[in-house]
Amino acid sequence: RQLNPKVSAFQRRFVGEVRRCEEMEKTFAFLQQEVRGAGRVPVPCAESPRAPLAREALRLQEQSEQLAQELREVSHNRASLRGRLRHLRQYLHVLREGQRFTSLPAPLGSPPRPRAFSDHEPILDPSLHQHLDRKINFVAGVIHPWRVSAFERLLWRACRGYLVASFVEMPEPMEDPATGEDITWVIFLISYWGEQIGQKIRKISDCFHCHVYPYPESEASRADTMSGLHSQIQDLSVVLEETEQYLAQVLDKVVMALPTWRVQVQKMKAIYLILNQCSFDVTEKCLIAEVWCPVRDLTQVQEALRQGSYKSGSSVECFVQRIPTSESPPTLIRTNKFTAGFQSIVDAYGVASYQEVNPAPYAIITFPFIFAIMFGDVGHGLLMFLFALWMVLYENSPSLRQASNEIWLTFFEGRYLILLMGAFSIYTGFIYNECFSKATVIFPSAWSVAAMANHSSWSSAYLATHPSLTLDPNVTGVFQGPYPFGIDPIWSLATNHLNFLNSFKMKMSVVLGIVHMGFGVVLGIFNHVHFRQRHRLVLEFLPEVVFLLALFGYLVFLIFYKWIKFSAADSRLAPSILIHFIDMFLFTSNTDNLPLYRGQVPVQMVLVVLALASVPVLLLGTPLYLSCRRRSPRPGRSAPVADGEQEPLLEGQEAGNSVNATKEDVESGGHSPDAEHLDFAEIFMHQAIHTIEYCLGCVSNTASYLRLWALSLAHAQLSEVLWSMVMRQGFVRLSYVGGVVLVPVFAAFAVLTVAILLVMEGLSAFLHALRLHWVEFQNKFYVGAGYKLCPFAFAPDVCE
Amino acid sequence: AMAYGGLTVPIIVMSVFWGIVGGVLPWLVPKGPNRGVINTMLVTCAVCCYLFWLIAILAQLNPLFGPQLSNETIWYLRYDWP
Repeated sequence: RQLNPKVSAFQRRFVGEVRRCEEMEKTFAFLQQEVRGAGRVPVPCAESPRAPLAREALRLQEQSEQLAQELREVSHNRASLRGRLRHLRQYLHVLREGQRFTSLPAPLGSPPRPRAFSDHEPILDPSLHQHLDRKINFVAGVIHPWRVSAFERLLWRACRGYLVASFVEMPEPMEDPATGEDITWVIFLISYWGEQIGQKIRKISDCFHCHVYPYPESEASRADTMSGLHSQIQDLSVVLEETEQYLAQVLDKVVMALPTWRVQVQKMKAIYLILNQCSFDVTEKCLIAEVWCPVRDLTQVQEALRQGSYKSGSSVECFVQRIPTSESPPTLIRTNKFTAGFQSIVDAYGVASYQEVNPAPYAIITFPFIFAIMFGDVGHGLLMFLFALWMVLYENSPSLRQASNEIWLTFFEGRYLILLMGAFSIYTGFIYNECFSKATVIFPSAWSVAAMANHSSWSSAYLATHPSLTLDPNVTGVFQGPYPFGIDPIWSLATNHLNFLNSFKMKMSVVLGIVHMGFGVVLGIFNHVHFRQRHRLVLEFLPEVVFLLALFGYLVFLIFYKWIKFSAADSRLAPSILIHFIDMFLFTSNTDNLPLYRGQVPVQMVLVVLALASVPVLLLGTPLYLSCRRRSPRPGRSAPVADGEQEPLLEGQEAGNSVNATKEDVESGGHSPDAEHLDFAEIFMHQAIHTIEYCLGCVSNTASYLRLWALSLAHAQLSEVLWSMVMRQGFVRLSYVGGVVLVPVFAAFAVLTVAILLVMEGLSAFLHALRLHWVEFQNKFYVGAGYKLCPFAFAPDVCE
Repeated sequence: AMAYGGLTVPIIVMSVFWGIVGGVLPWLVPKGPNRGVINTMLVTCAVCCYLFWLIAILAQLNPLFGPQLSNETIWYLRYDWP
């Protein structure tokens, strides 16, 4: 906990150390850049080094800065050496090429004039120049190839032909210092006469960023210069090589040391940041920190403190002491790798309040189950299960764990969730009897077409004139009993199968929804009992349950009753449950709608009255009880208004005070349940909102569960469309061509199945299952206003 | 046509099966830190799956109408299915 809120961030005790760590990190970043620039990969360090002590930190800093300095110097040297080398080389080339234009008729054996290279033929035949009486001067240099034509034009215009310019490409490309890429430079040689023209030419070449080199007049001096250049270049190359070698050595040193240093400095910085949150006691001799600690781990903490004192060789031991506080503690729920995924989806809605009942253990099963109701298909479920199984079996492989793709990481974190979702989908797929939208006949179908055909004498001629006929369950032998596991396979061949399926799925959704919500209300019992609020058991739980069961439990009863009692024999007169339910609320009756059982009307009236009676109990019960309890004489409870005095640690303290900081100083965390100030109005308002939310919520949430029906219908229809319009086309052709066509057809089917049915429908069903859990289930009992315990830990350094 | 046992055989089989999963297996789970979670999972799973199966079979117990089949399907099923 932050004990120094008054002191600004810059004045805290350890800010110097933190700053030092940050400087070191900057140095490290520079080193890393250099290493990366030279193309080396830093090796990640194998074990995590311990955080260094303060004097070691100084040494680390010195070392790293020294290395950085060395690196900088060496790089700088190398860059300048390279620049010089380049200049020398360019000069050499200029001289060499220039020879070709100014030399006297070429001696035998030398290469012929490279007319192919030059852009221009010299206007003036070089052999003529000795006849002219004016002295010819030369300007020689190197120019960027893109600027050549502009240069020429400008020269010609400026000097009006009083010069001879020749351009030749350099035989080898050289590095351009500005961009670092290799360019073939163009060497130019300008012969002119007259001083002023010379000045103009030089100015123009300056403008064009050419490198101009002095061009010696006579042949001999040229040869001298060239040999001098050669030796210089050689020397320089040797020096450059040695520089590069030294640079490589320095880089090696850096590569070896850098990762360890980084981790060490990071740990140091984290420790100092935490130390900044502690306060000094009055004598400035020791640090005090206030922490949250789970009760079970208290002995471990004491042990660790003892070890720490021993290892750092201090004379005084560290110790830990419990202090009372009025803040609400953070929530810690211990999870393993399997349960962590499910806990995180509960926490995403809201972390459980301290010591509240945790819905996650139930969500481990109910969440994949509700997903599976919307996704039910054996084939798709199997694919999903196998995918998750692969992820689970290879969960320790580093290539899976350290992928950088965020979407993949999300799937990987939820691998156990997907595993269970796939497994339940296989089960519900069997019950829905859907495998890639086809039904499987595990048991023989309960409907006998033969019996119907014989009874109604369906001859072939009769069938030819009637494109569709219905089996009548009233006829003996047609319907032989319920299919033992799931939906009868004949329904997938029927044209009216949606009629049956809709009725089934709608009732199923309602029943499961009411059971789920009822379970949520029952979980509230745990909360009431744990927090010693038994009055809430009678005043809240009881009316809630009565309301839910009297209305919606009765609906479930009606559904089951109708399934059992009414058959095809009286199908004409079968009552509609929905109309009965509506009439129940409106206290009317419909003569066309026969009652389901004798005495239905009075029973329903009693239930509605009971439900309506439970509403005011829910609304007023708890507030009245609480206010009654407060009004009864309290045994002199003095309000614990804290006085802002400092009190030492060992004597009794007021709740909420901390050692050596006044109450105003300490940041106020949670609320102080000061009972004096609780308004009757506030409790009443809170309870009223809760009542309205609950009662209206019962109705709307029951309807909300119908999304189970909607999504499972959508999934079934999509997969049927995919089958009949894509895959079946591959089977329609009966020739050998059809066999070949089947391959791309299957490819299309597979891609669409994975993309649309698995990914899209899977995400959709996941989202809706999540919503059902978060809203419809959890608002029956969950508060979720807690905050998580964030213990100090060295996070593993992931190498970028 | 196979004589169905109606509702009795399936309901006995399934009740026993999920009853074992939800009522007997929790006693056999070895003691460890995860025992509570595993037991919760077993019971919840048994209840959910049993309920789901029960709804499916009860919905088909007394059908109010029969399947409507195309004549091609009738031609085929008349002789292929018992």
